[in-house]
This record gives sequence, structure tokens and C-alpha cells, in this order.
Amino acid sequence: MIALDPLLQDDLLWAPLLIVLLKVLVVFVVGLLATMLMVWFERKAIAGMQNRIGPNKAGPFGILQTLADGIKLFFKEDLFPSRADRFVFALAPFLSFVPAFLAFAIIPLGGDFRNGSSGEVTLFGQVTRIQLADPPIGVLFALAISSIAVYGIMLAGWSSGSKYPLLGSVRATAQMVSYEAALGLSLACVLLLSGTLSTSGIVSAQTTIVDWHIISTGIVPFFIFMIAATAELNRPPFDLVEAEQELVGGFNTEYSSIRFALFYLAEFMNTVTMSALIVTLFFGGPQPIAVGNFVLDIPLLPNALEGTVWLLAKILVFLYIYIWFRATLPRLRYDQLMDLGWKLLIPASLGWFMLLAAQRLARQNNWNIIVVTGASIAVLLICYLLMQAAFARSARERETQGTMF
Amino acid sequence: MEFFVFVCAALMILLGAIGVIVRKHPVHAALSLVLTLFGIAVLFVAQEAHFLAAVQVIVYAGAIVVLFLFVIMLLGVDRVENLRTEPLTAQRPLAIIASLGLLGVLVAAIVNGNGILNERGSGINLPDLQNGSDANTVQLAESIFSQYVVAFEVTSVLLVIAVVGTVLLTRKAKLGAK
Repeated sequence: MIALDPLLQDDLLWAPLLIVLLKVLVVFVVGLLATMLMVWFERKAIAGMQNRIGPNKAGPFGILQTLADGIKLFFKEDLFPSRADRFVFALAPFLSFVPAFLAFAIIPLGGDFRNGSSGEVTLFGQVTRIQLADPPIGVLFALAISSIAVYGIMLAGWSSGSKYPLLGSVRATAQMVSYEAALGLSLACVLLLSGTLSTSGIVSAQTTIVDWHIISTGIVPFFIFMIAATAELNRPPFDLVEAEQELVGGFNTEYSSIRFALFYLAEFMNTVTMSALIVTLFFGGPQPIAVGNFVLDIPLLPNALEGTVWLLAKILVFLYIYIWFRATLPRLRYDQLMDLGWKLLIPASLGWFMLLAAQRLARQNNWNIIVVTGASIAVLLICYLLMQAAFARSARERETQGTMF
Repeated sequence: MEFFVFVCAALMILLGAIGVIVRKHPVHAALSLVLTLFGIAVLFVAQEAHFLAAVQVIVYAGAIVVLFLFVIMLLGVDRVENLRTEPLTAQRPLAIIASLGLLGVLVAAIVNGNGILNERGSGINLPDLQNGSDANTVQLAESIFSQYVVAFEVTSVLLVIAVVGTVLLTRKAKLGAK
């Protein structure tokens, strides 16, 4: 499976260099615009759900509200708390802003992936992909970047020299590190089926709806990934990091002016990126909806551009789902959050991964797939019962001996 | 180009390593450690070891140093320590001997492996258009899960022992205090 960007295979010339620069510029501008529109979209949609009007003054439908807010924040006074660690305090917003943009680089933003096409397009006589970077490690890059993003929030809280931001960032760290495990394990299910790490390879494996990884991995990894991603983004119902009722404003309490705006931007940019990642991993990214031989084709558009339209449509659905979460779900308690992550999501994703791996092995060696699945389910059931027994035992001991910690 | 990357990464690594030792504040020292780990990841990428680079960032920078920082913040040890007092007697002379020994081993290894260090990637499929982008991952997986599977499993047992030991220690301390 060839998945590297052919553009960068030969020696670097001016044309490829210019194309790469153009791609960087486009991805950056699109990222900023998407963030701006996402903030507006969220405020407008939530307003609709709560019977309000929402932003409606700046521009048509209030669409320029984010721009107005951004300009206002630019001109606000930039405060440094007196007990802040100045260097780290100044560094932290960038540590959360830059990874938010970097992760967007590996999303295939378009191209023709139908029938196993490689999604390559010819641009100014150069063969390339509509995607900023296609590194050999593919989705691992997204995981690496999201693990870097922890630093932004953690250091912001610590360097403020104030207790509420510190509490917020300690919570954030624990939450993001715990859910990263579930995120990675459900991702492994996708990788097991696609057999490649590269995002464009993952997309080109999902030709028809049956091949979409949400169906071929059996839905469970998708739900785990979705929940873990929401927790990783610190979005409601997992927004304990900035629980206003408990922590004033969370990790960013002491931030003002453009530094605050950077955190805000990063948060929404991460939401867009994570939606795009979910679409890429589970919903075929730029692939059109296709059942069997029937392809839902948009007339008049070239297939490569059509991919972009499909991707946008799919991402919008997920952005709406995230807004919907925020409008409807109450925040979890901290112990519920940790229980959900460690006692449910991680064991479930591990078990499901084992099941898929056993099936794959059975298919490779021509074993009876029903027997193998039955045996795996039996093993999983035993594991589940053992785990429940352990939980019951620990609950009993907690009652008789008091909590250990 | 490769030389330039190497110099930059090596500078990152050295600056970070010096920072870990010199910076008085534990949080700053931990951040310097992140710099070092990133430099190593860059070097891995320069050697076409993309998978190792990703794992380096995910595991070391993303999990281990985050846990360091977490512990520093949670326990509130983020104050400057007094270096004059020695918690363990004879720790410093022993540390000097151990570090000299480590230096000796490293130098010996480099001198001994001098011939091998020059021929990069011989016998190894590098990721390119012919081998696909997962050449690294596939080869690593094959050697870990076939040739070195016992060592790999033993390492995982080691981790489990560490977890069990931690749980046991916290329980013991609490029960003893009662």
C-alpha cells in the first residue's frame, strides 16, 4: 500500500516547495475561518436550543461576532498576575494553540478515493494529495499532538500562581491522560482493520458504507472514540477543567486579552480537528456515500473537489453533535468521570480490540469464525464477571474499612 | 540538510539536558526534559525511524513527563530545594561513580560499534513509495512479536509488578497508621 505523498519523494524543487507553502497557507486560513465560524455556529445553535436569538448584531445573522470579539480581545490590557511564572505563563497559550493547528495537517481534505484510488491530484504539473502532510506515522501524529496539547492547559493552570487554575489544570491533566488510553485503544481497532497508519490509506480503505470503519469495527470503537475525544477536548459533559461553578473559570482564570483568546481559539480548533479525525477514521473522510455499486455522486463537480464537499458535510454533522452535547448533557462528577474512563471505556476498548484481533486471525488461518467469536465472547464475559467481582469486593471493603485514600 | 537537522536537534538535546540539571525550579527542569525528548524525536525522524519518533513523543513527552509535572503540582514540591543537605549519606560519591561507569560504558559501546554506526538502514526497509509508509511499523512489530516476544512480555510483567507494588505500598501505609 503506497501512502506517502509522491510530491516529496524526489529532490525538493521550487514547484513542490511553492505547493507546500500554498497548502500551509490554505490550511492555516481555513483553520482560522473554521474556528471563527464554529464559535458563531455554536453560539447560534445553542441559542436556538435555549429559545434565545444569540449573536445577531455584527454582520448578517451575527456571523462576524467572533471577529468583533477577537478584535476587542486584542485591544484589552494584557495582564500578568504578580505571582505568575512569567515565561511559562506566556508560553502556555501557544502550547495549546499550535498543536491545535498542527493536528489538522494530517486530515485528507479532499481528493478522489473511490474504488481504492489513492486520492492523488495533479496540481501545477505535480502529483500530490489534498492534505498538508502525509507522514508515515499518520494518525499516531494526531495522538502525539494531542498529548502535547496537555502541556498548554497544565502549564497555564500552574504558572498562574493561583489555586483555582491549578485545580483546573490538575483535573485536566488527569482527565486527558486517562482518556488518551481509551482513545488510543479504540483507534487501534481501526488500524487493525485498515492495516495502515496513514490517514489517506485509512480513507481509501473505506469505499462503500459497509467498509466504513464505524460498521466494519462494529460501532463500539466509534462510541468509545467519540466519548474519549469529547473528554480529550474538555468539552461538555467533560468540561470539569473549566467548571465555572467550582473553579471560577478553570485553568484560564488568570488569562486576559489575546492570551485568553488563544486558548479559546485552540479549544474550538481542536473541536473541528477532532470532528475531522472522527470522520476520517470512521466515516470515510472525503469518500462519497456509496452502497454496493451505487455512488451518491454530486453532478458537475470533479471527484476530487467532491471529496471536500463530502468531508465538510460530515464534519458539520459532528460539530453539531458536539454542540448538542453541550446544550443537553449535564457535567459529570469527577469520580464518575474517572470511573467511566478507567472502569468502562478502557476495558471495553481492550476487549473489543481482542475480539477483532481474534476474528482477523481466524480469517487469515481459515478457522471457523463462529467458534472463534464465541470463544472470544466467552473469554470476555469471564473477564467482565471477574472485574465486576473485583469492583464489588472493593466497594465492600470501602464500606467496612473506610476509604484507602 | 541532514547535518543541519542533526546540529539543531543535538543543540536542543544538550540545552535541555543542561537545563534539567541547572534549572533550580522542578517544573522548569521537567520542561527542559521535554526539550531533550523532543530533540531525540527529531533525531529519530532524521534517521527515518518515524514510528519511534511518534512513540517517543506520545510516551515520554506526552505521558511520562506529564506525570512528573502532575506529581510536582499535586504534591506541591515546586519550591526550590536546599542542595546543602543530603537526604542519603554517601549518595553523592556513589552517584559520581555510577555516572562515570555509565560514561565509560557509553564510550566503549560507541567505540565498539563504530563500524556499524556508519551504514544506516542496511537490511532495513525504509518507508518510501516502494515499501509503503508502514515499513517501519511492520518490521518493528515482526521483530518484537516473534524474535523478542519473551523479552517484550517480561517487560510488560515488570510494569504490572510496579503497579501492584504501588497499590500494596499505599494500602500498607494506611493500614499501619490505623
